[in-house]
Amino acid sequence: MEVFDISNQVNNSAPIKEQVEELSGEKVKKCYQCGKCTAGCPVAFAMDNPPRQILRLLQVGLIKEALESNSVWICASCQTCYARCPRGVNIPRVMEAVRIMAKNKGIMPEKNIKLFEDLFLKSVENNGRVHEMGLIVMYNLMSMQPFKDVTLAPKLFLDGKISPFPHKVKNPSEIKKLFERVREKEKGGHA
Amino acid sequence: MTLKYAYYPGCSLNATGIEYNQSTKAVAKHLGVQLEEIDDWNCCGASAAHNTSHLLSIALPARTLALAEKQGLDVAVPCAACFNRMKAAQVEVRQSKEMKKTINEVIDMEYTARHEVKTLLDVLVNDVGLDKIKESVNRPLTGLKVASYYGCLLVRPPKIMCFDDVEDPMTMDRLVAALGGEPVEWSYKVECCGAGHSTAKPAVGIPMIRDILKNAKLNGANCILTACPLCFLNLDMRQKEAGQLDNNSYQLPVFYFTQFMGLAFGYSAKELCLNKHFVDPVKLLDEKDIFRHPDTRREKA
Repeated sequence: MEVFDISNQVNNSAPIKEQVEELSGEKVKKCYQCGKCTAGCPVAFAMDNPPRQILRLLQVGLIKEALESNSVWICASCQTCYARCPRGVNIPRVMEAVRIMAKNKGIMPEKNIKLFEDLFLKSVENNGRVHEMGLIVMYNLMSMQPFKDVTLAPKLFLDGKISPFPHKVKNPSEIKKLFERVREKEKGGHA
Repeated sequence: MTLKYAYYPGCSLNATGIEYNQSTKAVAKHLGVQLEEIDDWNCCGASAAHNTSHLLSIALPARTLALAEKQGLDVAVPCAACFNRMKAAQVEVRQSKEMKKTINEVIDMEYTARHEVKTLLDVLVNDVGLDKIKESVNRPLTGLKVASYYGCLLVRPPKIMCFDDVEDPMTMDRLVAALGGEPVEWSYKVECCGAGHSTAKPAVGIPMIRDILKNAKLNGANCILTACPLCFLNLDMRQKEAGQLDNNSYQLPVFYFTQFMGLAFGYSAKELCLNKHFVDPVKLLDEKDIFRHPDTRREKA
């Protein structure tokens, strides 16, 4: 009997699938579609394609559908699926890989989540440590919701939980250089 | 033998997690555990880093761990998310020579991963030992029915974290019992609080917080114990918002396990920053006479 590999039935999907597998270090064909990941996923209620379906889309080569899915953004990396998967598939790494690829292609169905993450990393790149108050103020302004959580601010401020001044590492340029070296390595094809 | 660790407070413990930092320092000193802050530590990168670049997510914690190696000590980490990222970095560097080489180039330092990375919960409960903790209790936490909330990253993924049972961890429950409180059995102890979703995607994050509070309440808890500054912030600061989803007011004070230890050891509300919570914990503690010596509590007097 001829072995029929259902993967790669969609034209030109193989290279992109390989990229997902390289980025995540995981083989999507390991998944046998039992659905345990989706059953335990605490955010499946908000996903267009819950984890099992994302794996299936990748298996059959429907990469575009996976890349455009909101699921990879909604995934909170709680690791429940990975802890329970009987095949040991590191699903959060797969979600993460698809999300990074979507980002690189400019596909961002969850703009605020992307914005929050970018501002978080900007704060780390500039100071070496994240400046919570600066992050939230920038996020609120740039996501066009300037008054979000504003009622919480006075208490946080009086309790010394937020400060207008960032904590920094001694030499922030060291961290900037670290970020730069990561970018260089990744350009050179390092996972 | 003195217990001594390199201490990584992480960004939150100097800001929204200030209670955790203060109570940690008090309790560690009380138990004779020396915590030596890592000189010039940086942010672990949290979820933002691993959702952007795998290499960055390993490099950021690796830089701090390399600095800790200079101190020649195992590392104690209070924040569950920082602990998770640091373990991930340690395991990857231990497992792959190629990754080790790449990381050392990126951080421009040598990181060998020869020291252990431990969650502060592990240090203060298992390394110190429950017997010693019991000896230090002078104000037992009688009457507190406690839902110990572990969340995700302390125990998952188990292959990397190697800490406690992945579905039913008991470290905090055993601690609660040792401090004279009553551990509550409930089903949401390892559910996810949604982490940053409460800020960036509240329609998803707030119901997740609500479900945790609801399950704790349904199982008879009168307070919640955490070991993570983000879990704490979500359950405490967002509790009002979560309750409003179904016109409820949960009134469930949230504590760090270190505050709980400090309470039982006799520290004041102020020393443990109990005045900085959004959901006032002092009301419950007064109701149960926790601040009084056991012999002068109403049920005894």
